[in-house]
Amino acid sequence: MFARLMGAIALAASVFASLPAAAVDITGAGATFPYPIYAKWADAYRKQTGVALNYQSIGSGGGIKQIGAKTVDFGASDMPLKPEELDKSGLMQFPTVIGGDVPVVNIKGIAPGQLRLSGELLADIFLGKLTKWNEPAIANLNPRVPLPATAISVVHRSDGSGTTFIWTNYLSKVSSEWKSKVGEGTAVNWPTGVGGKGNEGVASYVQRIDGAIGYVEYAYAKQNKMAYTLVKNKDGDYVAPNAKAFQAAAAGADWKSAPGMYLILTDAPGKTAWPIAGATFILMHKEQEKPENAKEVLKFFNWAYDKGDAMAEELDYVPLPNAVVDQIKASWKSQLKDASGKPLY
Amino acid sequence: MSAVLPIPQSVDAAEAATARPPEPRPAATAAWLDAAFEQLTRFFALLVFSLLAAILISLVIGSQLSLNKYGLRFLWTEAWDPVQENFGALVPIYGTLVTSLIAMLIGVPVSFGIALFLTELSPAWLKRPLGTAIELLAAIPSIIYGMWGLFVFAPVFQIYIQPALVDAFSPVPVLGALFKGPPLGIGMMTAGLILSIMVIPFITAVMRDVFELVPPLLKESAYGLGATTWEVVWRVVLPYTKVGVIGGVMLGLGRALGETMAVTFVIGNAHRLAASLMAPGNSIASALANEFTEAVGDVYFSALIELGLLLFLITTIVLALSKLLLMRLARGEGTAT
Repeated sequence: MFARLMGAIALAASVFASLPAAAVDITGAGATFPYPIYAKWADAYRKQTGVALNYQSIGSGGGIKQIGAKTVDFGASDMPLKPEELDKSGLMQFPTVIGGDVPVVNIKGIAPGQLRLSGELLADIFLGKLTKWNEPAIANLNPRVPLPATAISVVHRSDGSGTTFIWTNYLSKVSSEWKSKVGEGTAVNWPTGVGGKGNEGVASYVQRIDGAIGYVEYAYAKQNKMAYTLVKNKDGDYVAPNAKAFQAAAAGADWKSAPGMYLILTDAPGKTAWPIAGATFILMHKEQEKPENAKEVLKFFNWAYDKGDAMAEELDYVPLPNAVVDQIKASWKSQLKDASGKPLY
Repeated sequence: MSAVLPIPQSVDAAEAATARPPEPRPAATAAWLDAAFEQLTRFFALLVFSLLAAILISLVIGSQLSLNKYGLRFLWTEAWDPVQENFGALVPIYGTLVTSLIAMLIGVPVSFGIALFLTELSPAWLKRPLGTAIELLAAIPSIIYGMWGLFVFAPVFQIYIQPALVDAFSPVPVLGALFKGPPLGIGMMTAGLILSIMVIPFITAVMRDVFELVPPLLKESAYGLGATTWEVVWRVVLPYTKVGVIGGVMLGLGRALGETMAVTFVIGNAHRLAASLMAPGNSIASALANEFTEAVGDVYFSALIELGLLLFLITTIVLALSKLLLMRLARGEGTAT
């Protein structure tokens, strides 16, 4: 008990010691998915400019709450807010990097990238309608693949997650039954399967259970060389998840006509586009009470868009296409103002 | 279990006994200090109580939205649908109680055996290392148990133990349903087993300490009358220590009910009610750990807080029941222990 108490005191002391001291430092809170790249950018940015970014990866839900309460300079969410939600709380949002989901499987005798699946099949599998890997619906798409009669075990995320949002958003777009029965969200009422905590939880269940299928973040699947499947995209082509396919999804998206930049990159058009992609977003108040802080935030992301692409690619995030970045900067100019109505960027 | 502090008077007496002259201190100051000290200790005692009350009140306020929307129905609704905002606590409550029950069914007898061996049967040279090893088990953080459970125990359980259990119990009418289903390696049974390992050091430590308090005279008299070790333990040691033993069991149960990380890793986190213990389920603590960070939506958030309130109430009820049990035991004896 005593040791635990001392541990708590030491922890509290270290938290206080690490609080930023300088006045210009910027604070943000929210999504866990982009945390590694925000931390990397922040570190490089601090070395160049001396301005520190204190980002707390408390989850998208927490990020939305914190920016609503104005305790941070920006919030971060994997799930974009709808335009009416933005208007209600006087917020604007912009995307930073692209990521996405990859279906991973554990079927005896099937190599990574060998199995072909479509969105409808994924929805039927996750609805529990397909129960064996050698069912005709799957076999028809994979005539030359030796599919075993193993039972299909579905693995999903147990914790609320932007990864789940992208996944369920995609399934809702391609299957009306999924949309009406389950819907989309960072957590949903799963019709079947077991839940693993985090990407590593899902990955470990998939690797453990014979006949399992799950979904993990692209970066996680790539770094751990998991057995991914090909997925049929909107144009009818089977694509493998790689950086090019994600960029194609972002490029094919119509950001211009999306109000409030409310755009989810799932089921995007384009011959080489990966269908289960999504961007992660930053939330800021349109009217800034602390314009100095807001200016620093914009300077930071401006720097990140211009200089941070290589760092993002190192961590297997996909940078936004230049056209989208230009549009984001234009939205800063038109939407972010200080109390007197003067633009900040 | 707290040590008795030396009483101030005796210190004064010891000082007086030495040749040193008493310090010239006005009596009024001493009285003032005493009063201040009394107030300070009372403040600390009340602080704990008011913290408890504050937690309860903030849980009730936080769950207001969900309490109003679902009422008592929340307790027996199986659904947990964040998209349609339809929530019920049946699955997490069931999972919490069942995993804790499994943990107790395994943990209590094993702890009893260990404590018995340590106090009655173990050779003297083995007592200390064995006792220390068990205390070290209690010091392992629960996340380590969770990861060990997921990466080491679950595969072994899935490949070797689960199929054997399914085969052994499937012909038995009622038990068959409890041990049905595909061997996934994770689920309520695995969570219960991991929990049992986690509560064993707590229960064992308390049991060993109270067993050691039994006066040797009593035990040796019984041995002298020709009693076996089992008879001595069952007829002499246990009746003498039952209050402490029940206290130890309740300590373990309290830990099992509230355990979060270890359970989250291995319970399977599925909001579905299943008769089989092999099936994935969910517990209150693991549902909170999983879903709190990304709970977008006021009703969702409120429903999670109500789950926390329920866990608070369940733990309180368990503690109250154990106190009641102890009081009945004391009355049965005619003397308060």
